[in-house]
Amino acid sequence: MTAELVAEAGAAPEAPARGRQVWRRLRADHMAMAGLVVAIAAIVAAIAAPLLIHLEGQDTTAYHSGLLDSARGGVPLGSFGGVSGRHWLGVEPTTGRDLFARALDGARISFLVAFGTLVVQILLGVGIGLAAGLGGKVADAVLGRLTDLAISFPQLIFAIALLAIVPGTFPRPMLLMLVIGLFGWGGTARLVRGQVLSLKTRDYVAAARLSGASRTRIALREILPGVSAPLVTYAALLLPSNMISEAGLSFLGVGVRPPASSWGQMLSTATTWFQADPTYVLVPGLLLLVNVLAFTVLADGLRTALDPKARSLRGGRR
Amino acid sequence: MTSYLLRRLAGTVVLLVVMAALVYVIFYALPSNPAVLVCGKGCGGGQLAAIDHKLGLDQPEYLQFWHFLEGIVMGRDYSSGPDVSHCAAPCLGFSFQNDQPVLSLIAQRLPVSLSLTTGAMVVWLLIGVSAGVLSALREGRFTDRTVTALSVLAFGTPIFVSGMLLLILFCGFLHLLDFPVYVPLTEDPAAWAKNLLLPWFTLAISQAAVYARLTRTGMLEALSEEHIRTFRAYGLRERRIVGRHALRGALTPVISITAYDFGYILVGAMLTETLFGLPGLGQLIVQSSNNVDLPVVAGLTLVAGAAIVVANTVADLLYAVVDRRVVLA
Amino acid sequence: MTERPVKTVLSVRDLTVEFPSDGGSLRAVDGVSFDLAAGGALGIVGESGSGKSTTALALLGLHRNSGARVSGRILVGDDDVNALDDEAVRRLRGHHVAMIFQDPLSALDPYYRIGDQISEVYRTHSGAGRKAAWTRAVEVLDRVGIPDAARRARARPHEFSGGMRQRALIAMALACEPEILVADEPTSALDVTVQAQILDLLDELRADTGMALLLITHDLGVVSRSADEVLVMQNGRTVEHGPVGEVLRAPAEPYTRALLAAVPRLDGPAPARRPAGEPLLTVTGLSREFRRPGGGLGRDVLRAVDGVSLDVRRGETLGVVGESGSGKTTLARMMVRLLEPTSGSVVFEGRDIARLAEKRLRSVRRDLQMVFQDPVSSLNPRRTVGDSIADPLRVQGMAGREALRTARELMERVGLDPTRHDRYPHEFSGGQRQRMGIARALSLEPKLLVCDEPVSALDVSTQAQILDLLGGLQKEYDLTIVFVSHDLAVVRQVSDRVAVMHDGELVELGDAGRLYESPRHEYTRALLAAVPLLA
Repeated sequence: MTAELVAEAGAAPEAPARGRQVWRRLRADHMAMAGLVVAIAAIVAAIAAPLLIHLEGQDTTAYHSGLLDSARGGVPLGSFGGVSGRHWLGVEPTTGRDLFARALDGARISFLVAFGTLVVQILLGVGIGLAAGLGGKVADAVLGRLTDLAISFPQLIFAIALLAIVPGTFPRPMLLMLVIGLFGWGGTARLVRGQVLSLKTRDYVAAARLSGASRTRIALREILPGVSAPLVTYAALLLPSNMISEAGLSFLGVGVRPPASSWGQMLSTATTWFQADPTYVLVPGLLLLVNVLAFTVLADGLRTALDPKARSLRGGRR
Repeated sequence: MTSYLLRRLAGTVVLLVVMAALVYVIFYALPSNPAVLVCGKGCGGGQLAAIDHKLGLDQPEYLQFWHFLEGIVMGRDYSSGPDVSHCAAPCLGFSFQNDQPVLSLIAQRLPVSLSLTTGAMVVWLLIGVSAGVLSALREGRFTDRTVTALSVLAFGTPIFVSGMLLLILFCGFLHLLDFPVYVPLTEDPAAWAKNLLLPWFTLAISQAAVYARLTRTGMLEALSEEHIRTFRAYGLRERRIVGRHALRGALTPVISITAYDFGYILVGAMLTETLFGLPGLGQLIVQSSNNVDLPVVAGLTLVAGAAIVVANTVADLLYAVVDRRVVLA
Repeated sequence: MTERPVKTVLSVRDLTVEFPSDGGSLRAVDGVSFDLAAGGALGIVGESGSGKSTTALALLGLHRNSGARVSGRILVGDDDVNALDDEAVRRLRGHHVAMIFQDPLSALDPYYRIGDQISEVYRTHSGAGRKAAWTRAVEVLDRVGIPDAARRARARPHEFSGGMRQRALIAMALACEPEILVADEPTSALDVTVQAQILDLLDELRADTGMALLLITHDLGVVSRSADEVLVMQNGRTVEHGPVGEVLRAPAEPYTRALLAAVPRLDGPAPARRPAGEPLLTVTGLSREFRRPGGGLGRDVLRAVDGVSLDVRRGETLGVVGESGSGKTTLARMMVRLLEPTSGSVVFEGRDIARLAEKRLRSVRRDLQMVFQDPVSSLNPRRTVGDSIADPLRVQGMAGREALRTARELMERVGLDPTRHDRYPHEFSGGQRQRMGIARALSLEPKLLVCDEPVSALDVSTQAQILDLLGGLQKEYDLTIVFVSHDLAVVRQVSDRVAVMHDGELVELGDAGRLYESPRHEYTRALLAAVPLLA
């Protein structure tokens, strides 16, 4: 997946894009704006989760066995999984915990892990990519290999194995960020390295050398600015990808552990209920889907806004 | 070419040893007490010591690693007094929870993973490539916009979500299919295919989205190449230009990525296999991780690494075969 | 010399091509008319944006489905290309009108054998079988001078050299014996000696087969050498149209006159030379090796520059000429120490800078500056042009504001509007960017300015302006210039002495006047003989 994402982030545009211009182009892109609105709403909701749950008058852990139909194996009473004025999204089968509360709590975890992982990925990826691109031949050979290894590695497999053996006392969301980030910096590093290597051969870098500029100055003034545009696009694409990774790991039972909730974990327990209580599947499933899509569309819009010559993922020439 | 292959082979071996070391460090050297992890919480001191001895954990680390490598090449015996478990080469470890060598566990699961991956690959190639070509030929028009919108949707849908939605639709509402149960191909080909239909499509949907985009981009690039203009200027029929000259260029990256994806998904279809309860390699990894069956996890990780390294090599070779301009170095 | 051609094979009347653009349409070709007789050769010349290539593509109906509006009449034989349906136009292409392109590498499909590609074209129009088509492919490859054609037909394009590829493309054009060959800048990507061979081949084929040639080029020398008639285009319109001899010798229109005056010539009076001074930079036994990509375990090295020794004298312009791969750019980059030599010395004002560490080099840097070929790559697209020009000053310690003021003065000096200092490079034309590159190089008031193909990417009139500018600056700043170029005429115009490079070696070095009048080395003679002369 990473390789394809790199290809899509593309090369640096020839013309500089300034903040106001990018924003103007982005605003003209209705899909991207829709994505932005959804993304902001979701993030705000996640941050305000405790407040909203309090507003509903529920919490994430209380059992409500009175709302369940024990004759049918603990399916919530009422239609759509027990949706009511008191439980806005219904309750969980067998336990009766409030789904709205758990879903919001899950959103908090999802964004926390996705953004935290992104920080790890960008720090590692940019650091290693820059070192490979700007360092000597040896550094490039070693770090370049390492990057190839990181990209072609069975990341998810390693992550699963690693998550299984780390003691349960380690804070779980933090662990997820570290593990996903540790195995997922390769794409960023490859992008940065490729960009640096390409920019290094430009004549304006030669001109800077001729003027007597130091390596640091060349790196900061001539090369880094050229790396930033594709990097922003790539980072924006990594975000939904990280959300999927976290949800996947939690779905497999090695991610977020109860009593904390996560969309992936909710889906995992919902697997057996898809016939008896579809609402239980649809709530976390659609939340995950909508958020991932919103961020993906936003990232794509950002890319076209930063580099109008690039083709949009959504096709068509604009 | 031969020298390239030799170098590549040597590189692969080095890579695998590095990976084995990594696996070893993570799974045997890091945990404070592997014997506890292997045995569980109820074990006493005597039992732990026995397990330590049986696993060779009472030896120095470098020796343990050496035995680990030695086992891969020559096989090894695990013994604690009277009971001896033999693990034939290539020994990837021994699962005490299952009382079987890791390799035979893998061998049992392989047909399931092969069935899943091969079928899914056929589906995603058919859908992805044709959608991509169609999309590129109708660039900017309704078909193109539909295909690209669908591919963003499919790409953004996590596998376990799309799988679950398919389950709700086909098993829950339409009652067209039952919840999949794996039936070996050799037993009943029709039941094999019918049961794998949902897993195939679940896996193929997100892959097809990637392939559609890849093909579309490749096709647009190929169509804008100057030699396409040459053949137009020489009066070749459009169908031939697209089918013979543009498609060739567009499919080159698709072919090598297919090789890579095949290797990756063969060992890494954890989500699909877990969701549908298919007893493949991915499920084995998840189960043994959750059961902390370390030898299996370590062995499988190594196998997965090897599969992906091999797939990578095959992908590069295919690329060079398809595109003769590529110099292998 | 030639008999009067009788039959008109191509007749274009009032051709107009419009492209839709934001808020209106862009008229790329505007009312162009001409006739082409069997066996005749018409050259269409113009600078970039003149509409000459758009005209060529229109002749084959290649603007169809592109959104362009084509009007007027294009008669090929009795058929009007504009009135035919798509299928009829398809049958016309390659069969009656064939076309060859500027870059023969990208014009052929990299995945298929050259013989197969030619066979494919032949089979499309003749309906011949596989075997007959292959025989035909080998036959035409042999006809265009591909040695051992039966074997070489099995090669793929990347296994051919540039000249061979252009021959192969010409072979493809010949396969169906078309009446008209449209050649769009057929030799612009080739070295001058290879260009001469390809032009000879085109002449020969025209004489032998009676095929008419429409030659699209920016190079007046090429037209003069290979066409009977010339049509000069500017901004989509015909400026002047007539027999080559008349138009080039006695142009009626001011634009044609200006164009001709801008072209550097190999004949005509040599420019005045400057007296030679002391050596400023001395290169001795300079070599540079590169490891070949994809080489085996053994050290497979390419000697890009091989034991070159020469002086650059204070105040002179030393021209360095050579074809692609001659090592001239590598030599230039070693002179300013952008590249470290493998062996040999570069002594600048008594100091060997060949192996000086980057830190110690810094004090010498300001005296050695360079102007680059590619105006796109030579300026950082993300920085304002003022910043780019002022940057060397800041690096050398000037305060930011003062540096920017100096940059604006420099912009004015090189003919740019200083109020545009806060704009970005993409808002400027190629010629303007080259002026910025020169301004930046001058900002540190260097003693030596190495110009690496500074005008190769520019149109001939822009080229003349930049050469003028460099000449003026040389006097004003007391500059010593090393001028690297593939173009013998340009080098002759600007240089006091000339060095000729071939395969990494310096084959001849001498005063410009002497070298061009009586070249001593065989290669220099071959090079000079290959340049097409004006009229």
